[in-house]
Amino acid sequence: MALLEVTNLGISFGGLRAVDNFNIKIEKGQLYGLIGPNGAGKTTIFNLLTGVYQPTDGTIALDGEVLNGKSPAQICQSGISRTFQNIRLFHEMTVLDNVKAALHNQMTYSLADTFFRLPKYRKKEDEMNRKAVEILKVFDLDSHADHLAANLPYGKQRKLEIARALATNPKLLLLDEPAAGMNPNETAELMDTIKLIRDQFDITVLLIEHDMKLVSGICEYLTVLNFGTELASGTPNVVLNNPVVITAYLGE
Amino acid sequence: MNLFQSIMEQLLNGLRTGSIYALIALGYSMVYGIAKMINFAHGDVIMVGAYALFMGMTALSLPLPVAIIFTIVVCAVLGIAIEKVAYKPLRNASSLAVLITAIGMSFLLQSLALIIFSATPIPFKSIISMKGIKIAGVDIPGITIITLVVTTAIMVALTLFINKTKAGSAMRAVSEDRGAAALMGINVNRTISMTFAIGSALAAVAGILYICQYQSITPTLGALPGIKAFVAAVLGGIGSIPGAMVGGILLGIVESMSKAYISTELADAIVFGVLVVILLVKPSGLLGKLKAEKV
Repeated sequence: MALLEVTNLGISFGGLRAVDNFNIKIEKGQLYGLIGPNGAGKTTIFNLLTGVYQPTDGTIALDGEVLNGKSPAQICQSGISRTFQNIRLFHEMTVLDNVKAALHNQMTYSLADTFFRLPKYRKKEDEMNRKAVEILKVFDLDSHADHLAANLPYGKQRKLEIARALATNPKLLLLDEPAAGMNPNETAELMDTIKLIRDQFDITVLLIEHDMKLVSGICEYLTVLNFGTELASGTPNVVLNNPVVITAYLGE
Repeated sequence: MNLFQSIMEQLLNGLRTGSIYALIALGYSMVYGIAKMINFAHGDVIMVGAYALFMGMTALSLPLPVAIIFTIVVCAVLGIAIEKVAYKPLRNASSLAVLITAIGMSFLLQSLALIIFSATPIPFKSIISMKGIKIAGVDIPGITIITLVVTTAIMVALTLFINKTKAGSAMRAVSEDRGAAALMGINVNRTISMTFAIGSALAAVAGILYICQYQSITPTLGALPGIKAFVAAVLGGIGSIPGAMVGGILLGIVESMSKAYISTELADAIVFGVLVVILLVKPSGLLGKLKAEKV
């Protein structure tokens, strides 16, 4: 069974059909790319998958569990996490606290534990700190743990967003234009990081990207979206040489 | 009594009133930070707290510590209820709608108190019986000592809570970016409820200390400390926790000094005048941050 199975997904905003009859099947461990011209509906699909929007039609199933009707926080707990096209970190919090905020679901201690400083509070807080630092190390951000997120350089903020998303312990990670605004060196580094987290954290990645070097470099399978519906699907080689896709991107 | 003693005594008076304002201002500021609204019913939570304490001690004849806990619980539950009933349905409405609703909620609480308890002030004997002490010729009344100890302890605890605990980090995350926080698995509704509960519990404590000072309970007793604490929150930079503390204490001291050395009648005018001047110089408040838009 595929990890993510989306069937007949559609959403209308008034008269505008932003996504129509969209189907996708992502196998566990896959690095999957979602590409398409601006305004094709890629981010809308991410918003549908994470519960920001409720679909007008169709179903979304993760590991066999139907996600329709669930809130963003519940979907996050079910195992889908994401980053944003425009960085949405908690800027006034430290790098460490950003990751810790995302560890929330996995750590439980009661208010009584907090107020009376019971051993459980200490233990869980220590555990959260350890986990958070572990994740930061993967991204080479552990030396910045006490800095405010707002003060990180752009490339590192992008990385921190991925780190924060990983901290929610997702099965499926959605990356919305992870390489946007990066220079070629940063992009190359990012490609390695994405491969690394797929292998090390044993997760599946679905990413939106316009950088074709990144897409053809790491994605194993692609779906091209145009006007809210699927234009083509397949391995990068096949898809990126498909005349229909080239026309959609570059025009006649 | 020499000038030093008199100034010290006024300073202590100011600190006492100011720390009560600070407790109330914290409620305004926390709620503003997380719900991006001014909860104008916040002052009336103080009034409800005062009546709750009175009823707890008389009608229910609870022992004092239990009556205090009862008061805090009543206010916390009231805070959660106000948010759920009046503000939550308006979360995506314009800020003007929420503002009007908050003012309406304030009048509703006052009118309910008027119906239940009538407008006749209820005399209230201070529950603080501690004797004052004298240091270097300066009289420090028991109520000042208790107020300062209680408010300092609460502020320290609150700061630790917000900075060092999971729930506190959820509050900071939700106040920065509610959408992103939800997508990171944080339960936004529960976090907002918790913020209202904490803010109202602080108002309950402030209410208890306030009536120990003024010794009379009326349905409108929350209005003036409420509006002054709002001024304190804006003065310190609304949304900022340390700002609310600093703003409250500063306001209390300015008020008490003006009353003692300038004019009792003018004291309130001076307090609000300080607000106008500070906002002219620093529109975001003393410790508030001005968000610069990147263009």
